[in-house]
Amino acid sequence: MKTHKITLFCAASLLATGIAHAGDYRAQAIALIKHDFHTRGIATADRIYEDGVQAVCNYSSDKPPATIAARLQKDQFDAIKWPSDGKYLGDWKSGEKIAQSGRGMAWNYKPNNVNGGSCYNCHQIGPKETAFGTVGPSLYQFGKLRGYGEDMQKYVWSKIYNAKATNLCSAMPRMGYSGTLTEKQIKDLAALLLDPNSPVNKE
Amino acid sequence: MKKRIGALMAVMAMSAAFAAHAQQPVKKAAPNAAGATDATTADFEKFRDVLEEDNPAELFEARGEELWKAKRGPHNVSLAETCDLGLGVGKLKGAYVQLPRYFADADAVMDAERRIAYCMVKHQGFKAEDLAKKPFSSGNYTPELVSLTTYVAGHSRKMKFAVPQKHPKEKETYQIGKEIFAYRAGPWDFSCSTCHGQEGMRIRTQNLPNLSTSEGALRAVQGWPGYRMTGGVMHTLQWRLNDCFRQQRFPEPNYVSPSLTALLSYMTVNANGQMYKGPGIKR
Ligand code: HEC
Ligand code: HEC
Repeated sequence: MKTHKITLFCAASLLATGIAHAGDYRAQAIALIKHDFHTRGIATADRIYEDGVQAVCNYSSDKPPATIAARLQKDQFDAIKWPSDGKYLGDWKSGEKIAQSGRGMAWNYKPNNVNGGSCYNCHQIGPKETAFGTVGPSLYQFGKLRGYGEDMQKYVWSKIYNAKATNLCSAMPRMGYSGTLTEKQIKDLAALLLDPNSPVNKE
Repeated sequence: MKKRIGALMAVMAMSAAFAAHAQQPVKKAAPNAAGATDATTADFEKFRDVLEEDNPAELFEARGEELWKAKRGPHNVSLAETCDLGLGVGKLKGAYVQLPRYFADADAVMDAERRIAYCMVKHQGFKAEDLAKKPFSSGNYTPELVSLTTYVAGHSRKMKFAVPQKHPKEKETYQIGKEIFAYRAGPWDFSCSTCHGQEGMRIRTQNLPNLSTSEGALRAVQGWPGYRMTGGVMHTLQWRLNDCFRQQRFPEPNYVSPSLTALLSYMTVNANGQMYKGPGIKR
């Protein structure tokens, strides 16, 4: 059985230990978080550290100075791994299943779990699924409205692989960059949005 | 009382049926993103009306009352005769809606569940590690701290949130909570704010309260501790935050840790001035 950890008599004052200065609430918050979280399953304790993009967005309340944003965004874009065979689109039927599944990356999943994209958690996509979230924009009829050309295929691939490469403080997770989805899965999702025969565009 | 418990048991059986029903995919006319209504929520509201009279939380309050009054633990004292929740030893009325607050004896700001745990360790002599062994309800198991927190919360029914912000540490805790709320990290770059920082957002069909507004914050602290339809167990806000951190793809927060007190301070202060209905029902 797993045992939870407890911090009941915590370092009443992390300030006293010189980790953070009174009044710098962000530094104090980070000091507390470092103290209060532990590894559970695949969700290891090191996840609480911000990477560069996260830190800049957190620090600036999602409004980083334009020059810094442009620089970081370019780094993110340059690090995209494009499909090895140059083909952006896979099988939309399999893409629909990946879009439906919210599995993966949380502490209740095994390391060898087949992850999903959680796409419906945030987006309207196919016409049949009515239980969709609204954190992101509707993607219904995406190809029909935005076009099917190679530029659009490249854009969709980049968006799914790393949403921050075109919008630094996007609320959308970086699904390829974070190792959540495989190259094949991203192709299948891109096909769901951009295959003219997918229900997203057909119906 | 016998008859009353019988009625409550029937209600709980009904709620198990609701849980099964809630798992069904929602079938209705295709909505557009803006005007979509939430059939599960509508069903749930109807169901909650039926339950108004027989609130299952009362069962847990009754169990909590026994635990509060009994002499227990290595020191063989009761919480009723030793535990100060901020208004004086053993004083319960209105204590819950005035927490988290600063406690000089611990030189720390504490929320309700953290404070009760503190009393159990400090006065009754229980071991902190034991309280953290299995802190969340599952199946027929309800941790003592859940019943105790529900009992304490019941004494603030229909009272207004009035969480103090006078002591410098209380103000500081609120500000730290606000920062933790906005702190994005982890493989999916989520913060609380990703899901609870804007009006009218949903994850699938679940409406997400905007916790930075006073109406949204009220929704979030309202009805907790809550009897959850899905699963048929009683949970406190400690569990809710734990499960949101799981969805956030974060590591796990330590039970009753100061980070959670800070988040609770942020949400509850935002709800100040509005009425707390008491321990209730959550879907
Ligand atoms: C937590 C919420 C969330 C999840 C999960 C999510 N997205 Fe997004 N998505 C957004 C937001 C917010 C935007 C708008 C900001 C942006 O463009 O980065 C967006 C934008 C997009 C866009 C660009 C839309 C446009 O009009 O240019 C595409 C394409 C997209 N998402 C596809 C997906 C796919 C496919 C998945 C699943 C692998 C997914 N999203 C998962 C929140 C999310
Ligand atoms: C990935 C999405 C996501 C993230 C991140 C998230 N939550 Fe939640 N939260 C949810 C969902 C879904 C619910 C359930 C809503 C329901 O049951 O109707 C919820 C419910 C809640 C509730 C109870 C609301 C109610 O109506 O009773 C509280 C309080 C809450 N979250 C706080 C937080 C805090 C604090 C954080 C950050 C530590 C956080 N959440 C992070 C998705 C999220």
